[in-house]
Amino acid sequence: MDAHLQAATQAIQERFAGQVSEFRDQISLIVAPQQIVEVCRALKDDFGFDMLSGETAVDYWPAQEPRFHLVYLLYSLQHNLRLTVRVPLNGNSPSLPTLESVYPSANWHEREIWDMFGVRFEGHSDLRRILMPADWEGHPLRKDYPLGYEEVQFSFNYDEIDARKPYAKE
Amino acid sequence: MSETTEITLNELRHLVSERAIEGDTVLLNMGPQHPSTHGVLRLLLELDGESVINCIPDVGFLHTGIEKNMEAKTYVKAAVMTDRLDYLNTVGNNLVYCLAIEKLVDLDVPPRAQAIRVILTELQRIASHLVWLGTHALDLAAMSVFLYCFREREKILDIIEMCGGQRMMATYIRPGGLWRDVPVEFEDTVRQFLKIFPARIDEYEALLTKNPIFQDRTKKIGVLSRQDAIRWGITGPTLRASGVAHDLRKAQPYCGYEQYDFDIPTQTAGDTYARYQVRMEELRQSVRIVQQALDKLPLGPVNSNNRKYVPPPRSELGTSMEALIHHFKLWTEGFSAPAAAVYVAVESPRGELGVYLEGNDGPKPHRVYWRTPSFVNLQILPLLSKGHLVADLVALIGTVDIVLGDVDR
Repeated sequence: MDAHLQAATQAIQERFAGQVSEFRDQISLIVAPQQIVEVCRALKDDFGFDMLSGETAVDYWPAQEPRFHLVYLLYSLQHNLRLTVRVPLNGNSPSLPTLESVYPSANWHEREIWDMFGVRFEGHSDLRRILMPADWEGHPLRKDYPLGYEEVQFSFNYDEIDARKPYAKE
Repeated sequence: MSETTEITLNELRHLVSERAIEGDTVLLNMGPQHPSTHGVLRLLLELDGESVINCIPDVGFLHTGIEKNMEAKTYVKAAVMTDRLDYLNTVGNNLVYCLAIEKLVDLDVPPRAQAIRVILTELQRIASHLVWLGTHALDLAAMSVFLYCFREREKILDIIEMCGGQRMMATYIRPGGLWRDVPVEFEDTVRQFLKIFPARIDEYEALLTKNPIFQDRTKKIGVLSRQDAIRWGITGPTLRASGVAHDLRKAQPYCGYEQYDFDIPTQTAGDTYARYQVRMEELRQSVRIVQQALDKLPLGPVNSNNRKYVPPPRSELGTSMEALIHHFKLWTEGFSAPAAAVYVAVESPRGELGVYLEGNDGPKPHRVYWRTPSFVNLQILPLLSKGHLVADLVALIGTVDIVLGDVDR
């Protein structure tokens, strides 16, 4: 591991009780949801991680604890280093603080995560859907959201599938 | 699934200024069907006379759920969808996805495949910049540049068709190497293109670089400072035109880019003209890279010999039982990847194109996240356009160089 990255991960481990893991030379840090803003501020101000490359989420449904992982992909221009910060989130309608105050570019990333996974960001300036239509129901990238094909109905399972069709609800 | 959401106008109030609510300024809808939004981008403009007070991009019209669909397909089958993201950089999309898989399962790629990957991605970068240049100039009312650019772009698409059988969606790069080796006439065709192309760049420059109309329309338009570019996570030519010499091909080389000698063009002005200059110089640098890669193109196989991930050649199937089993397993079930995540990024014509790939010990990816440069770069459009005229907005959309397939995924 690079010496600078080592110093950064060690500091986060000590200050925020984060966990470090490594896979194929890529380092990720796991921290608690409420600490994410402070962790990223420390990484940006003290260790030069000045860019938020990307931000996304992963759904581990049917597991509920944690159901989601938020993934922050940080990059340092001056040190040419990458670091992944992961935040576990429990439950079906989780929320955590927005990162907009540290990285303004988080704005659209967080709108996309809200749209696709239904994770709320507290204090976000403009938390609307971004890719799906504004009146869409559900969050498509969740694992319990069906891919959207029409199921073929045979005589033996006609009623069973019919009960699940959208028009059946009305 | 969830409660019905009702959209009221109040939810959009915070996006426009107080003056719009009093009726002092005009709200104007631009797009999604508009020739100079380069696809289906909708902009909600707040105008005072002809100057832009606020610009609110509305994206998602081309959302096709590629990330969701990839989760339902095996690793190799999902590769076909990567071409459809950024349709001007199809080879680059294949490349970053295959690099991510190769990193996840720890797969080697032979040197010949690496060199061919470099040649094709650089040619694709030229083709993509040519579309940008042609449409950008067309937006600023220079018709002939558009025709010249598409003339050369067609030659590159012919080369890609020669290799993969299709002009655009070839899925030529596969995990562990390439679909198959390049045809015999590949080298001559590319060399022929390299011979004529530098003079063609001069031709485009003769039409634009010192053209007073072009300069008036681009100089001091949409100035992006170095700090703002970094704060907003901007990458690619847009970042380099603001004075940051950052290029992933140099910073974190992949596919053997460290063997090639090339420069990172930068400018400090940060305006539309600077971004034009950077991209024009990048065309020349790409020619240099292709030239070097062709000169030392190694011989040998173009696919990894690791049969657990790469199917055996067709000729072995008739004689080897083991090859037949591998073939059957790979084309029915597919290979499995460990339950871990990797993030791999390459320098696309538009900036950092990254894939976050997570496996789950099964043959299908658990999550594929595309960090697309157009999506991130488009966020600065409101910042760039503030105070400019509506006519300049057309130049600004062109200069950020977005592809809506890349934004909406």
